[in-house]
Parts: sequence; structure tokens; C-alpha cells
Amino acid sequence: MTTATQVDAAGTPGSFAGDEAAGSRWSEAFRRLRRNPAAILGALLVLAFVFVAAFAPLLAGHDPNDQLLLSEVRPGSAPGPRPGFPLGADQLGRDELSRLLYGARQSLLVGVVSTLLGLTFGLILGGVAGAFGGKIDNVLMRICDLMLSIPGLLTAITISVILGQSLESVMIAIAIVNVPIFARLLRGAMLGQRGNDYVLAAQSIGLRRRTIVFSHVLPNSLSPVIVQATLTLATSIIDAAALSFLGLGNPDDTRPEWGQMLSDAQNLLSTRAALAFYPCIAIVLAALGFTLLGESLREALDPKFRR
Amino acid sequence: MLRFVVRRLLQLIPILLGLSVLLFLWLRLLPGGPATALLGERATPERIAAINHAYGLDQPIWVQYWSYLKRVARFDFGDSIQTGRPVTEVLRTQFPGTVELTIAALIFAVGVGIPLGYFAARRHGGVLDNLSVVGSLIGVTIPVFFLAFLLKYVFAVKLGWLPPSGRQDVRIDATHITNLFVLDGLLTREYDASWDAVKHLILPAIALGTIPLAIIVRITRASVLDVVNEDYVRTAEAKGLTTSVIRRRHVLRNAMLPVVTTIGLQLGLLLSGAILTETVFAFPGIGQEIYSSILNKDYAVLQGTILVIAIVYVVINLVVDLTYGVLDPRVRVR
Repeated sequence: MTTATQVDAAGTPGSFAGDEAAGSRWSEAFRRLRRNPAAILGALLVLAFVFVAAFAPLLAGHDPNDQLLLSEVRPGSAPGPRPGFPLGADQLGRDELSRLLYGARQSLLVGVVSTLLGLTFGLILGGVAGAFGGKIDNVLMRICDLMLSIPGLLTAITISVILGQSLESVMIAIAIVNVPIFARLLRGAMLGQRGNDYVLAAQSIGLRRRTIVFSHVLPNSLSPVIVQATLTLATSIIDAAALSFLGLGNPDDTRPEWGQMLSDAQNLLSTRAALAFYPCIAIVLAALGFTLLGESLREALDPKFRR
Repeated sequence: MLRFVVRRLLQLIPILLGLSVLLFLWLRLLPGGPATALLGERATPERIAAINHAYGLDQPIWVQYWSYLKRVARFDFGDSIQTGRPVTEVLRTQFPGTVELTIAALIFAVGVGIPLGYFAARRHGGVLDNLSVVGSLIGVTIPVFFLAFLLKYVFAVKLGWLPPSGRQDVRIDATHITNLFVLDGLLTREYDASWDAVKHLILPAIALGTIPLAIIVRITRASVLDVVNEDYVRTAEAKGLTTSVIRRRHVLRNAMLPVVTTIGLQLGLLLSGAILTETVFAFPGIGQEIYSSILNKDYAVLQGTILVIAIVYVVINLVVDLTYGVLDPRVRVR
């Protein structure tokens, strides 16, 4: 074989054994996922959640901010279910079902944006650390250790207090908590790939480091990160609800949010407990969907988790 | 072993320094600076200048950081703007509540979790095993405040078996020495006060302990399943050791390694969860203090409580690492 043909082969990414293995691993994983009832249940829950969030204005019977039953509100209680209001109304006489449906939009928005933000910065940090190694790697990983040395919710609380009460600060706070997790994961996966034969092969034919990192090492290191991102969607939704519950959420009451609804319902526990349980169940179902999907994906991709 | 302990202690220094820088910058990053934050609505330019001078905020930043470090080393975090009490005083009364709650939750999680995981593994594939797998998966996705609400509603509001809020009945006139109410009752022989404090702990502890319980069951089960197939267990059986000795010395001791790490990791989760659990149960601990200081924008209290929780968390992680070193001699070499 001449040198020229070798360079040609290397110049087209995807021609190495490692990349082909990655491709077949994913298609095999998807085949496995389709047969796993937990994965299907998770996917259905996620689809339902996204569907409700997308079509909330069509699904909701009322405007979530209209105080339609205000005249029925008594101190310390809220109107119960009645025709047109299957779940009753909240302490301000607003339709509970409509608020729940609209709440899916906030949860999905916060979950997706904060996961993507955390993922992006985590991938940059972890990618740089994994690609360069040495001193840069050492410094970046010590910073990650520092961030991981404080409980996540506490970090999120601190950041949202510093940034002030807003939707954006909730997203940023949750994203920052996730950055070191993604960074460590990608770095570890990249270090694991660096010793592989296909990287050695790419180096030996004189490919540039950038090409090796971006075309070979990175694509093969992404599967644990994708699994983690799916699981992070679940924890982000729960964390966002926790922040709102603690009074650090979006102060704009016209955009219903599950954690805030739960917090509002606290005082009505002895008279209308259901108002606390509806948003809780919504949070659990949304989080369960992403968790089932993430865990099944991990099982499907990683031979260690297969039974 | 001593070198291992010293090395781990030295690793604490950069973490604590980093933390102190973060918290130092925090008050300075607040809109309007710390003076405005301290004064709130009472802020006038003269008052801001007076506070800035009194707290040395007109000094260069590194001088400020040094004096801040010195104050923190003396556990001086300033006074609460809500009540005027020193933050140290707030910590002294509130922190034992959280300690009591966390210990109770941990006892519940470990006391139920390890036996459950162990028996699930011994009857691998049985009903208990399958239930524990499903239960632990659901357990990790349930937010702690959901469980707290559910338990409070069923057992306190509906059935009235246990108190819905607080740490002790206000009608009980108990003597407090350590502010750990259960222990205080035992020390002063006021057993009814102790029992009352236990009753107030049950629901919050179960709510807080359930997620760690789910995780501990899962890890114990997986770990025991791994260990029973090891060669040394077969060797022990071949030597004719009794089943109980094999289980205790060979299976359990080796299976406990990942479990101890997990328990350590759960402590962070417990401290975070305590903030939410205490809020639901109006349980006067550090979590409820954080909640109310967020609402009242009481930054001095918030800063002090967060720093203390972070330090406790870091120290606990150290203790877990040391325990790991005792359990597994191989760790010390690394």
C-alpha cells in the first residue's frame, strides 16, 4: 500500500475501525431500546410531556391567568372540581388543569436550556482537558473538584441569589451545577479513547491533533455524555421545581410553574391537598420519563449494564 | 495510614480556600454591594459610606479578603438583618436540628437499605429482588418535597398519628444543653421530651431518607451479587468455613466498600434534601433558616449557613475517604 492511499483513507472520517464500531454500536443500541419496555414507557412519557408543552394553548380549557372562580375562593381554601374545571381552581380562582398544562412549558424550557448550557460548557472544558492533558487538564479538573465539593442544590441556591430572581438565573444556576459533571465525564471518556489502536494509527500516519480529536476521539467519547444529558434533563426539572419551591423561581406569576404551584398549595394542605399533589405528580412523571430513557440508553450502550 | 490521612487533609486546603474566595466575592457581586444588601430599604448615601468604612470596604480588595478570612476563621459571619442576632448564634440553635434530622434519615436509609439490598441479592430473581429494583428506580426520581408532602398529608393531616411540623411540642418545657433535642432529653432524664422529639423526627427522616435508601438498596444488591461469585468466597467454602463466617467476613466486608462510598455521597444529597424537607415540615433547622433568609434577603445568614454546610460536606467526604482506607488497605497505597 502506498503512502498516498493511506492519506486518502485517513482524510475521510469514518473510515477507521473505531468509527465504524461506534456507528454499529448506536444502531445496535437503538434495536435494543425498541425491545426494552422501560425505554418505551420512558419515551412515551417524554413524548407526552413535549406534546403537552407544545400544544398547551390548544389543550387547556381556560386561560391559566383568568381568575374565573375568584368569587368561590374562601380564606384558607380553594374551589373544588366542577364541570369545566375537572381539577378545580387554585387559591386565586384560576383553573388548575390549565395551569398544570401550561406549567409543562416552563419545566421543558428550563430543563432543556439548562441541560444544553451545562452540556456546552462542560463539553468545552472536558474536551480541552481531554485533548491537551498535562497542566491544563490538572487545573481544569481541580476547578471541577471544587465545584463538586459543594452540594448541587446549595450551589444552585447561591448562584440564583447572586443573579437575582428570574427565569434566566434559574437556568444558569442549574447549568453551572451540571458543567463539572459533563466536563469530568467527557474528559474521562476521551482519556480512555486516547490509548486505543485507531488513535495510534491516526497519529502514525501523521494526522493533525485537531483532526484526530474532532473526527475520531470526540465522536467515540460521546455516548456516556449523551446518556448523562438524558438523565440531567430529569434532575434539571426537579432542581428547577425545588428552586421555585424555595422562592427563587421566576417571579412572573403569569407563567405557571410546577414548583411555584406546589409552594402556593402548601398552606392549603388540610383543605385542598390535591392542589399540592397535581404539580408533584407532573414533576415525577416528567422526570421519570427522562430517567427511564437515560437508564435504558446506558444499558443498551454499555455491555457492563446488560444482564 | 498516617501519611494517607495527612495527604487527604492537605488536599482540603485548596478546596476551602476556593470556597472562601467564592463566598467572599458573592457579597461583593450583589447589586449595590454589601452595604446596600445589609441596609436594605434603609440605605442612604451617608449610611452606605458609614457601613463601607465600618466594614473596611473602602480598603483594597486583598486587605478586605485577608480580614474576611480572619473573621471566618473565628466563625464571625456578622449579624442577621432580620433579627439582629449574630449568625453564629443562629447556627448554634439551628444546626443541631439539621444534624439530628440527617442522622435520623441516615439511620433509616442504612438500617433498612443494607438488609433489604442484601436479602434481595440472596434471593436473586425473586419477588423481593424485583420489587427492590423497580422501587429503587422510582425512588431516585421522586423529588424529596413530594414524599414530604405525601407523608405529612397521610400521617399528620389525615391520620393524625404524628405531628405535622416543628421539632418539639411547644407545651413541653425541656432543658436544652446540646440543642440536639433527643440527646438533651436523655441527658436530663426528661424522657417524655426526648420521645416527643423522636416523634417529630419520624416523618421528616423517612421523607429525607427514602432517596438514599433507594440508592443504598441498589448498590448493596449489585455489590453482594458481585462478591458472592468471587474466587475467595468459593475458597472459603472449600475450606469448610461456616456459612455465617463466610457471609460476615468475606461477603459482607467486601461488599460494603462501594456501599460506604455511596453513603458518603448521599450525605451531600441529605444536606440538600434537608433544606426542602425542613421547609415542608416547618422543622427549625439550617435548611429552614436558608429558606427564610432567601425570602428576607438576609445575606449574612445565608452566607454563614452555606459556608458551614459546605465545610461540613467537605469534612464528611474526608471521613468517608478515611473509612474507605480502613476498610480497604489497597486505597491507602494510591
